Amino acid sequence: MAQAAIELIGINKSFGAVRANRDINLEIARGTIHGIVGENGAGKSTLMSILYGFYQADSGEIHVGGQPASIKTPNDAIALGIGMVHQHFMLVDNFSVLENVILGAESDALLKKSIAKARSELERLEREYGLEVDPDAIIEELPVGLQQRVEILKALYRGAEILILDEPTGVLTPAEADHLFRILKQLKEQGKTVVLITHKLREIMAITDTVSVMRQGTMVATRETKKTTVGELAELMVGRRVLLRVEKGEAEAGGIKLAVKNLTVKDSRGVTVVDDVSFDLRAGEIVGIAGVAGNGQSELLEAISGIRHAVSGSVMLDGKPIDLTGAADPGELRERGLAHVPEDRHHVGLVLAFEENENSILGYHDDERYLKGPFLNIDAIRDDAKDKITKYDIRPADCRLRTANFSGGNQQKIVLAREMEQDPGVLIVGQPTRGVDVGAIEFIHKRLIAMRDQGKAVLVVSVELDEIRSLSDRILVMFAGRIVGERGPEATEGELGLLMAGVEHQEAAE
Amino acid sequence: MDLFNAIAQTLDSTIRLSVPLLLACLAGLYSERAGIFDIGLEGKMLVGAFAGAAAASVFHSAYLGLGMAILISVAFALIHGFASITHRGNQIVSGVAINFIAAGSTIILGQAWFQQGGRTPALAPAERFEAIIWPGADAVRGVPILGPIYSELISGHSVLVYLAFLMVPFTWWVLFRTRFGLRLRAVGENPAAVDTAGISVAWLRYRALICTGVLTGVAGAYLSMVQNGGFVKDMTAGKGYIALAALIFAKWKPVNAMFACLLFGFLDALAIRLQGTPLPLIGRVPVQFMQALPYVLTVILLAGFIGKAIPPRAGGVPYVKER
Repeated sequence: MAQAAIELIGINKSFGAVRANRDINLEIARGTIHGIVGENGAGKSTLMSILYGFYQADSGEIHVGGQPASIKTPNDAIALGIGMVHQHFMLVDNFSVLENVILGAESDALLKKSIAKARSELERLEREYGLEVDPDAIIEELPVGLQQRVEILKALYRGAEILILDEPTGVLTPAEADHLFRILKQLKEQGKTVVLITHKLREIMAITDTVSVMRQGTMVATRETKKTTVGELAELMVGRRVLLRVEKGEAEAGGIKLAVKNLTVKDSRGVTVVDDVSFDLRAGEIVGIAGVAGNGQSELLEAISGIRHAVSGSVMLDGKPIDLTGAADPGELRERGLAHVPEDRHHVGLVLAFEENENSILGYHDDERYLKGPFLNIDAIRDDAKDKITKYDIRPADCRLRTANFSGGNQQKIVLAREMEQDPGVLIVGQPTRGVDVGAIEFIHKRLIAMRDQGKAVLVVSVELDEIRSLSDRILVMFAGRIVGERGPEATEGELGLLMAGVEHQEAAE
Repeated sequence: MDLFNAIAQTLDSTIRLSVPLLLACLAGLYSERAGIFDIGLEGKMLVGAFAGAAAASVFHSAYLGLGMAILISVAFALIHGFASITHRGNQIVSGVAINFIAAGSTIILGQAWFQQGGRTPALAPAERFEAIIWPGADAVRGVPILGPIYSELISGHSVLVYLAFLMVPFTWWVLFRTRFGLRLRAVGENPAAVDTAGISVAWLRYRALICTGVLTGVAGAYLSMVQNGGFVKDMTAGKGYIALAALIFAKWKPVNAMFACLLFGFLDALAIRLQGTPLPLIGRVPVQFMQALPYVLTVILLAGFIGKAIPPRAGGVPYVKER
């Protein structure tokens, strides 16, 4: 066995009453790619933040390169050759690439010399690892894939020998993710150690040498990747057997519930973001809209649900038009049987400061069931919330708890329960499982398919290709605001990936 | 020729009136660029003005007065930092509190120490910053056009005036050409990026506030020791707020800040100049209208003519490590 680059011994960390890490032991071999998997809240990110000096462990030891190390601040970690690429990039958006790279690692009190030095150093790193990026580009003008590259360059510029990546592929297209993996392999060949935190098991299987599984703050297993399977890892993560792909029968599509015709939407700058989109959604089918984030799916969803102005086109719900001026009354649409689970549950779907029971009726609070004269019927609301908690297995089962204190997966279930239990004819769902654990994904998928089997029309927008493929009866791919292709559920990932990258679209244009 | 002299004199008073605005505006620029909103510029200027005039009259030294003005103003800046950086308090509340404390304490202490109704004793010439007459200023006064420009506009100001205008390129240089400036701008945009780069967010923001305190101190000293021969209660008269408006107008950029402050100073100078003078076509305008003019124009300019001013993204938000 190669010498350990990092050894963690008996790490404990609590936040208040929550024990994020319990007695963690972990050894990461030098020159390998080591994966750490686990559900959200399993303690992966906390553990890595301790290693990076962002948090302090309550107890335990860290050894780096065989020597006991005291890591109190990110500076200590950087000095020991540990670099981290955070899930949410730690970049200053209106700075150039160079300025971001030197921030905190300036070689001189004046910027001129620091920048000159960084420029030549970046050229060398680019050559060595294939990390091309324009050093003078402004961060906010770069696509996320390149922004991530800047994060990697930042770490390498500081002399990182050990690189920690926290959920690096969450924001990337399949092609960008592949490119990232090539870079990581190259780093490994050069003798660097890579720690990859993810909840995507396929990535673990594709790229890591060793994988450790965390569950509820403990390290439950470490396996050689060659000798394990996706099924085993999923079971270790959740603690029970998980269906990775929900079983479903053939769709029995009925009449048209929602007809979108020539819909065009412009954003606040006047740029066309949804470009002449037409499709039908029938009763008893799930239509999935695939695409890399930012290709108009969000705006399409908002326009259909009446909260964004569309410049032209029409949307018919059960043969009657929806007001597309952006001033549609969401209450009226709900009455007509259109339920909407928004993409961004924190900003649009929930009021995080409210109690769970309040959120579970939000938007339906004028319904007679929840009223007693002009007042809210608190008892009825809480009983209703308790029913939904049981039915959707929302944890903790406490309808008086502040919504902010639920995990992301459970928050999503609160929104889904609210919208699905109204028995809508059409359900529009944006990112049904964003930030949701493997176990809860299975549950949500089953629910969506059950809706379909009851003859409801379901429209799913997701950036997770696996999800789209697993749920949809028909798949529409969006690129640059247009629907560039329709495929059946049997379409391969590669085929959809090319469509999502606009390859076929560009060829057709030429 | 009379008209030309009138213009030269108006421009001269524009410069004099712009200086406290400019110093306060640059002061605000340091803290806001670091992500700390500072509505307490007004209060810090006021305590600076009081401390400067009080110390100058007691110790009979203009420079000791200036030093004291800076010291007290920095102390108030650090209080703002203690509340809003260390204890993550609301920056607006803390700033407003500082303004109230400043307005009250200067009057109380002034009355207790000098018994002149909250004023400080009138300063003797040696206790003030005198105008510096540049060589040959008197000799060229008669030369048409260039003469008045040299002798009125360039020559004949106190050292603090030149200092204020030198602070403009200096601030630009600090902000955009030094390591400190890079980090300062970064912490105002994304403090988490600064934290993960191994730099202390709190210490960086405190240093920015010290810069703010120094400049508001100088601004205060200018008011009580140059423009006026002593401290008068509430003598800042909203200049701190106008400076904040100028800062937004300038989109948080030093050179723009200078032009914004000169514009506001010019409006002020014009208002004084035109008081009681009948205007062509309109006739005599009430004094109050002329006095309100700068503020009215401020509102109009801020409302419609500057386009979108994007403040530093982390402004006003206390930094808490994610969890």
